[in-house]
Amino acid sequence: MNLLSAQDIFETINMIKEENLDIRTITMGISLYDCAADGVDTVCDRIYDKITKRAEKLVSVGCDIEKEYGIPIINKRVSVTPISLVGGRYSPEDYVKIAATLDRAAHTLGINFIGGYSALVQKGFTDNARNLIISIPEALASTERVCSSVNVASTKAGINMDAVAMMGDIIKKAAYLTKDNDSMACAKLVVFANVPEDNPFMAGAFHGVGEAETVINVGVSGPGVVSSAIKRAGDCNFSELADVIKKTAFKITRMGQLVATEASRRLDVPFGIVDLSLAPTPAVGDSVAHILEGMGLEKCGTHGTTAALALLNDAVKKGGVMASSHVGGLSGAFIPVSEDAGMIDAVKVGALSIEKLEAMTAVCSVGLDMIAVPGDTPASTICGIIADEISIGVANTKTTAVRIIPAYGKGVGESVEFGGLLGYAPIMKLSDYSCADFIARGGRIPAPIHSLKN
Amino acid sequence: MNAIITVVGHDSKGIISKVSAKCAEAGANIVEISQSVLKEYFAMIMVIDITELNMPFTAFVDEMKTVGESSDLDIRTMHEDIFNSMHRI
Repeated sequence: MNLLSAQDIFETINMIKEENLDIRTITMGISLYDCAADGVDTVCDRIYDKITKRAEKLVSVGCDIEKEYGIPIINKRVSVTPISLVGGRYSPEDYVKIAATLDRAAHTLGINFIGGYSALVQKGFTDNARNLIISIPEALASTERVCSSVNVASTKAGINMDAVAMMGDIIKKAAYLTKDNDSMACAKLVVFANVPEDNPFMAGAFHGVGEAETVINVGVSGPGVVSSAIKRAGDCNFSELADVIKKTAFKITRMGQLVATEASRRLDVPFGIVDLSLAPTPAVGDSVAHILEGMGLEKCGTHGTTAALALLNDAVKKGGVMASSHVGGLSGAFIPVSEDAGMIDAVKVGALSIEKLEAMTAVCSVGLDMIAVPGDTPASTICGIIADEISIGVANTKTTAVRIIPAYGKGVGESVEFGGLLGYAPIMKLSDYSCADFIARGGRIPAPIHSLKN
Repeated sequence: MNAIITVVGHDSKGIISKVSAKCAEAGANIVEISQSVLKEYFAMIMVIDITELNMPFTAFVDEMKTVGESSDLDIRTMHEDIFNSMHRI
């Protein structure tokens, strides 16, 4: 049949219909450098006008592509230049106004998130970066769709421990300000090491400093498709298993590339990258944890989980790379706890601890993601968790991140509920011992040496 | 420019007729049809040329979907590029 076989056609349809295959996001990156102004009101006007003009057709074009190709495109989003880099001199109160402007633009466009309320402080703070970070709790509590990220470390710069120390307090404050909503603001805030500048996924997306005026980045998904393929492969050895995953990742990514090319053409915006990520959702059959369990683990989090995840992550990248002309972003398997039915279940039954999660982040993309911890966790302990996770990224020359929710007024045994793609999370137990004196030292942890590898 | 219509569901009288009538009405030319009936299930794949469609393709997709819903069939109309990109290098 027209070169395509009936089997090919029904395979694609089955992936979409039964295995939750979708394009997770089309994200338009927009530079805001030329919105610089002397006063905050002028900068807000310029930002609003630029975003709403440049992304005017983003949602309608996304919906057209979705319909014509029959592939669900879950989110249409915008990322902007890190707001702390937009020229001018701003106080924390000014930054809250800018956040409100971003939120207003997101509502006008009909997008569910806008990313880029961000600061890059891996080596030190500018006055603007410090003021933006101070404003984050208020900015996230008073807006609905704004996402924020702070890059506190890189392999070349080392770790800015002053920034890490600051983020503990910022996260606690954000949790408190949204205490009536399960500390929701923390779900929109990511602390990064080696942050990618072309990531289309929220909450960490922003339009990097070396990017073009506007750009289209696409994030694919498809844990359900990989999971089904592994199930079909049955009792095979690891080489065969890796091949099955590679082939599946190739097919998923080809679709991402098609959508990215089409969106770029129709919007007349250059194509940036396809992000080859396996992004789970709380829906049944859309879980990364279930892929690992499908490989032969009784429960995600048991011994062998890190090896299984390393195999999965590597095979996804190998399969996806050939399918796309440009790959970037976070590219790998995501392991957010609250957004993955299998992860939630593993935490609930005690199979998955925060320590094991930390080990898993050494071999896959992102890091400790959407983790709920007791509301009375000291800020210094949150800093310790961030420092540990960020060190893994810095030492291994990879991106790592922390998105942690100290759920105000809640403790171990309870859970937080965000709804939608953000899901819900059981509150995890942390170490009872303090790291306050360690965090209080301040300063920078030097960049690691990259010879004498051991 | 081609699109692919797939029809899956319980077999009943006049399925092909309904789908092809809607195609003719919209100006879509049927290039190829393959259909099979297994027990009581009906599965059809139809390749259509949408170059001379007299309505936007998105509207045609909706109309075919409506035909499916009214006949208790799963009808999907998708641009053929999605299949080509996934299965052809």
